[in-house]
Amino acid sequence: MSKTLAPREAFGKALVQLGAENEDILVLDADCSKATMTSLFQKEFPHRFFNLGIAEADLVGTGAGLALAGKTPFVNAYANFLTGRAWDQIRISVCYANLNVKVIGHNSGTSPGQEGPTHLPLEDITLMRALPRMTVIEPADGVEMAKAVRALGEHEGPAYLRVGRMPTPIVNREAGRFVIGKANVYLEGKDASILACGVMLSKALEAAEELKAEGISVDVINVHTIKPLDSSCILEAASRTGAVVTAEEHTVIGGLGGAVAELLAQNLPVPVRMVGVQDRFGLSAKMPELHEALGLTRENIIKAVKEVISAKK
Amino acid sequence: MVQFVEPQLHELADNCKRMRQWILTTTNKAGSGHPGGSLSAVEVMAVLYMKIMRVDPENPDWDRRDYFFLSKGHAAPVLYAALAERGFFPAEELMTLRQAGSRLHGHPSSECTPGVDISSGSLGQGLSIANGVALAARLKGTEQRAYVLLGDGEIQEGQVWEAAMTSAHYKLDNVCAIVDYNRLQLDGPVDEVKTLGSLRAKWEAFGWNAIEIDGHHLQEIYNSFEKAKEVKGRPTVILAHTVKGKGVSFMENQVGWHGVAPNDEQLEIALKELR
Ligand SMILES: Cc1ncc(C[n+]2csc(CCOP(=O)(O)OP(=O)(O)O)c2C)c(N)n1
Ligand SMILES: [Mg+2]
Repeated sequence: MSKTLAPREAFGKALVQLGAENEDILVLDADCSKATMTSLFQKEFPHRFFNLGIAEADLVGTGAGLALAGKTPFVNAYANFLTGRAWDQIRISVCYANLNVKVIGHNSGTSPGQEGPTHLPLEDITLMRALPRMTVIEPADGVEMAKAVRALGEHEGPAYLRVGRMPTPIVNREAGRFVIGKANVYLEGKDASILACGVMLSKALEAAEELKAEGISVDVINVHTIKPLDSSCILEAASRTGAVVTAEEHTVIGGLGGAVAELLAQNLPVPVRMVGVQDRFGLSAKMPELHEALGLTRENIIKAVKEVISAKK
Repeated sequence: MVQFVEPQLHELADNCKRMRQWILTTTNKAGSGHPGGSLSAVEVMAVLYMKIMRVDPENPDWDRRDYFFLSKGHAAPVLYAALAERGFFPAEELMTLRQAGSRLHGHPSSECTPGVDISSGSLGQGLSIANGVALAARLKGTEQRAYVLLGDGEIQEGQVWEAAMTSAHYKLDNVCAIVDYNRLQLDGPVDEVKTLGSLRAKWEAFGWNAIEIDGHHLQEIYNSFEKAKEVKGRPTVILAHTVKGKGVSFMENQVGWHGVAPNDEQLEIALKELR
């Protein structure tokens, strides 16, 4: 698992490919095109790229107008400012209007690192998940990012895609299929199920290996689509293992952890532990240090697995 | 109006030079940060903190203080340097910029940094807060003033213009906004990304008193703040024409130096150039 790729780089390139195949794809950015790498699209298709400046609300509204007129706009900005500042525009002008706007939240999770608490998007999934009609996707790595962009090109309706800035381990197989709303089972086990998204999938896989050495066998499932949640896959796993751990680079309140807990509490109450950000702001530090400080670690996944296993006894 | 006599100007020029050194060395040490928009605001920040604002470094929360809001929060290094120059914390602490456990976050945090009145970094929010404290000062009957530094790219945010209407409507003459008019933002020149048109006419149309100055000229900066205090019944905006990356030849007017720290070699060259 030594190879890494920046999700944003995979995103930028995949967007160019999509643009080459579909003339209706337009790209909008809010003065972050170098960081989001939509600059690649701008270079290739200057007339289908619009920079709205530092104006996230205007960005989303303009995207809604373009979609109303039949285009497929991808609107890009930093995840926190986009989903935070323009939430009402996303809610009313995109979701309620049921328009085909792809909302792309960049610099996600801890990937802005030293920029500090104001810049770490740790609540965006919750904000987007709460909206009716919204699809929410966080690919596990750069390889899956490219597949997700392709899938979004064919998808109709509002969608949110979370894109990280820093290179992360590649865990996805090129050939593996990506279907929006269908989780991918990476490992099948007996004792507990780990459900992960984004960069936490690689840590879940590492945790599974360590647990195996201790005689504990776990599922590792890539829940790249947080909404709509693949409830049949998750319920099947939970009924098989009877214990669930979620792992995400995001607050557990209303994120993947929250979504899974909502599903299980109503359908199949089994012990659940959530590895993720625990109701707090971040700090200024490089990404690996942030993972330590916020508890987004392999060790915490292992600990949580052991806890859920003993809780079911 | 006070005219600076030579020694005072010398002092201020020394403040500015040290602040530039700190901006460069601390971002270099951190390996990230925003030197361009910090360097463009050095003179404005030096005059504000050393000559204009009534603040007490011994008591940062003094309830009669003047307020300052760094709405363009990415220029945190210049704010931290100004606070250290004014004595809010020891200058050595500046070197902890952006490190885990430091009080000096990548963007200003009122949670942990003495002298920082509000956390910022999400562009567009500062002027509304300035209006809030200015209204409170009026209610309390105090002489407090609220200063807010805006980026010229930042003012593309709609909230800035919502706030601009609020200041004018409530005749907040104790609000003074400064636009760091360096003509560059993140993706390129402001005029290419999304033009501001006639900036002065825009502010005036919103009911503001506008003053245009050379934002690196200490005397002009000082005079503009003094004039702003005399204007009654209207807020004042100071359009400070500046150079992004000012003071370091290879950074000046270069959009590439918006959010990249100098490496060791670049730092050495840059420090030698400072005057
Ligand atoms: C709401 C929001 N959107 C986007 C950003 C990302 N960003 C940080 S600085 C910047 C450019 C700022 O340009 P300007 O205001 O001109 O600042 P200066 O030139 O003085 O550095 C951008 C887009 C942000 N910090 N906040
Ligand atoms: Mg600027």
